Amino acid sequence: MSEVRKFRLTCIVCPLGCTVEVTMEGDRITGVKGFTCPRGEEYAIQEIREPKRVVMSVVKVKGGTFPTVAVKSDRPVPKELIPKIMRELAEVEVEAPVRVGQVIVENVLGTGANIVATRAA
Amino acid sequence: MRSEYDVVVIGGGPAGLAAAIKAKELGMSVLLIENREFLGGIPMQCVHPGFGLHYFKEDLTGTEFIHRILERFREMNVEYYTNAHVLEIVPYSYRHKILRVVTEEGLFEVRAKTVIYAAGARERHMFEIGITGHRVAGIYTAGEAQTMMDIYGVMPGREIVIVGSGDVGLIMARRFTLEGAHVKAVIELMPYPGGLTRNVVQCLEDFGIPLYLSHAVTRVEGKKRVERVIVTKVDENLRPIPGTEESIECDTVVLAAGLVPYLKVIEKAGVEIDPATNGPVVNSYLETSVPGIFVAGNALVINDLVDYVVEQGEEAAEGAYEFVKNGGLPALKWRKLVKGRNIRLAVPHYLADTKDVTIYARVAEPEENVKLRFPEIGKEIRLPLVRPSEMIRVKLKGEEIARAKGRITMEVVRDE
Ligand SMILES: Cc1cc2nc3c(=O)[nH]c(=O)nc-3n(C[C@H](O)[C@H](O)[C@H](O)COP(=O)(O)OP(=O)(O)OC[C@H]3O[C@@H](n4cnc5c(N)ncnc54)[C@H](O)[C@@H]3O)c2cc1C
Ligand code: SF4
Repeated sequence: MSEVRKFRLTCIVCPLGCTVEVTMEGDRITGVKGFTCPRGEEYAIQEIREPKRVVMSVVKVKGGTFPTVAVKSDRPVPKELIPKIMRELAEVEVEAPVRVGQVIVENVLGTGANIVATRAA
Repeated sequence: MRSEYDVVVIGGGPAGLAAAIKAKELGMSVLLIENREFLGGIPMQCVHPGFGLHYFKEDLTGTEFIHRILERFREMNVEYYTNAHVLEIVPYSYRHKILRVVTEEGLFEVRAKTVIYAAGARERHMFEIGITGHRVAGIYTAGEAQTMMDIYGVMPGREIVIVGSGDVGLIMARRFTLEGAHVKAVIELMPYPGGLTRNVVQCLEDFGIPLYLSHAVTRVEGKKRVERVIVTKVDENLRPIPGTEESIECDTVVLAAGLVPYLKVIEKAGVEIDPATNGPVVNSYLETSVPGIFVAGNALVINDLVDYVVEQGEEAAEGAYEFVKNGGLPALKWRKLVKGRNIRLAVPHYLADTKDVTIYARVAEPEENVKLRFPEIGKEIRLPLVRPSEMIRVKLKGEEIARAKGRITMEVVRDE
């Protein structure tokens, strides 16, 4: 018999913030409870296996209305890669004009996520 | 530029933009005046998501949210000025107001039949929250720090202490950390965090940032720039306990200690203020006590959600439209909305019996399994949970309001 462990997480998908409990035997997830909707169950499993977050930042712009443009990843990326992505973004400089939704960095660090602009510049 | 507009909107944040768009859709002549160099208000500096879930049914960043509103605003061809600050509104007569505006080119005056005041809120500063000590460089409000970092690309500091654990403070802690700064602690006066649990998790716990509950920053020390803060435990009456002082080295203090409606301009015009909201007293049309002056957004009441702000902007525009069309609001019977058990604030204050109304309220104490009740009209709504930090939004129909003889009480009671 492998060891049974329990993890208590707070779901961050919506403002309700349900407490979700995940039970694991070895590396097998054997139970998830406490979620109010299926998104919470999905989140908890993902959070145990490979936590992911959307990253947000600003990058430099040449010749724009503002010196920066706001950006985000168009899907969640592995949490552990976030510091590395941030360092990569610190080096990026784009030329104005930039429109909302424009891809600034494609497939950032091979995560499959694109970094897109969220403000015009 | 015309010599007189049906409506002049003050403030180009979400409330003002939504009001201007709606007013234009209703066929009025509209001018919008914004004192910053760009339109958009606070969301322009909010790179995090959490905007527009109700209004656009999508989770957008502040910048994306305001982009959508601004596109609509430009399509409607609303006349506007940026870098223009409204100094004063003179209620010249019942149907006419004069606005004095300063711009780079000098002072000008504009006449308006109605005014929608949507100037947002100001942030509470250190002297309002009992912080003593040196007034040195390195002390910023959250909004100032956010504007520096997320619009102008300048880091406000490296070693940061944040005062206040509302969603604003929590979100700022994450932003600073992601940008490579070291957030040494978030200090919260109350025994519980001010913001949503999900934000405590993803903004503090994700990064191992300590949260000091029941603590206050009581003193800032430094010669030219902040060098340290003194943090003190507080008792149940929120008073600092002598002998519990602790010092935290840092070069920057960020104040996220709450917002207050920014009323300087309309206060001078003589509007009545509600001490519970710190905003003006309004009726169902969001008209203040000065006829023809309407108010929306954070200038009316501090909102957590931009969606509600936009809704208030549109409501104020409809009010202004009624006013212009009828030369004043249609004569009605008003019911006073009275705050009952566990209601700390509620707007609007006076309800018209011929019109549906959206009420925004906050409770004084957190409670579970409760009912929101309006006893005079026999209306009850079950709520699993109420918290002071989350605004309650509820609609009453005109015919429901008409059922009440005099006042209408709003109260939270246990659901037994
Ligand atoms: C850090 C932070 C995070 C937030 N996060 C979220 C979130 O995740 N989700 C969400 O829904 N909401 C969020 N909000 C709340 C939301 O941003 C506000 O509720 C909303 O911006 C209020 O809109 P407003 O139009 O009333 O005010 P503002 O956006 O403040 O706009 C008011 C405008 O009026 C201008 N003005 C003021 N006085 C004058 C004058 N005399 N003459 C001319 N112009 C004037 C100001 O310069 C400003 O541009 C957040 C707020 C902050 C500060
Ligand atoms: S489980 Fe569902 S309802 Fe609960 S916080 Fe997560 S997303 Fe929201």
